[in-house]
Amino acid sequence: MEVRVQEQDFDAGVEIAAMRQRVKGAGAIVSFIGLVRDQAGEIGGMVLEHYPGMTEKALGIILEETKNRWELLDALVLHRVGRLDAQDQIVLVLAASSHRKDAFESASFIMDNLKTRAPFWKKEITRHGERWVEAKESDELATNRWRREKENG
Amino acid sequence: MKILYFARLREVFGESEQLSGMPDAASLVAHLRARGGKWEEALSGPFRIAVNQELAGMDARLAEDDEVALFPPVTGG
Repeated sequence: MEVRVQEQDFDAGVEIAAMRQRVKGAGAIVSFIGLVRDQAGEIGGMVLEHYPGMTEKALGIILEETKNRWELLDALVLHRVGRLDAQDQIVLVLAASSHRKDAFESASFIMDNLKTRAPFWKKEITRHGERWVEAKESDELATNRWRREKENG
Repeated sequence: MKILYFARLREVFGESEQLSGMPDAASLVAHLRARGGKWEEALSGPFRIAVNQELAGMDARLAEDDEVALFPPVTGG
């Protein structure tokens, strides 16, 4: 299990190959890449701020919870901070498991929880100025869904 | 205790400050709001509190060597 926060871009292919070499017995690796979405050519870029220390701690706890719930052999969360441009990669999540279902659900759970519990903040840079991105209620609902599913067994 | 601010709250309040004698998170927030002006305004919207780098509720007890952070709801990913 690995958490990385960095300004530099990443190469998903290199990270997947490294995980494939490292993990024994995996039958599937699911990868998710989040991008800076440019809605209608409005977004000139964005600045990503985080809370050093808490970020790594929060992501570590999310990975532990994932491991306790699914058969997760290995996972990587790599999140970028600093100045990013439209279409740039923001986040990479890799989840390795024996079977695809655990890998898919692990990656989805990690992302949903990252969105509501990891201390990152996005500030969009547009033609009209800068603005902090508002948190979305749909993200809270996505995280709560996992809690309900667990309670319902 | 050390109080840290992030994102929109950092822009309004500054990066950090030292405070003492706050028994819990609710007292701290009441103290900050009582400063009025930008403090009252910025803390009227939604925000989160972390104590020693873990999300906490308004009832969280605080100790003098705690690191407390106030920030807007997170928007990473």
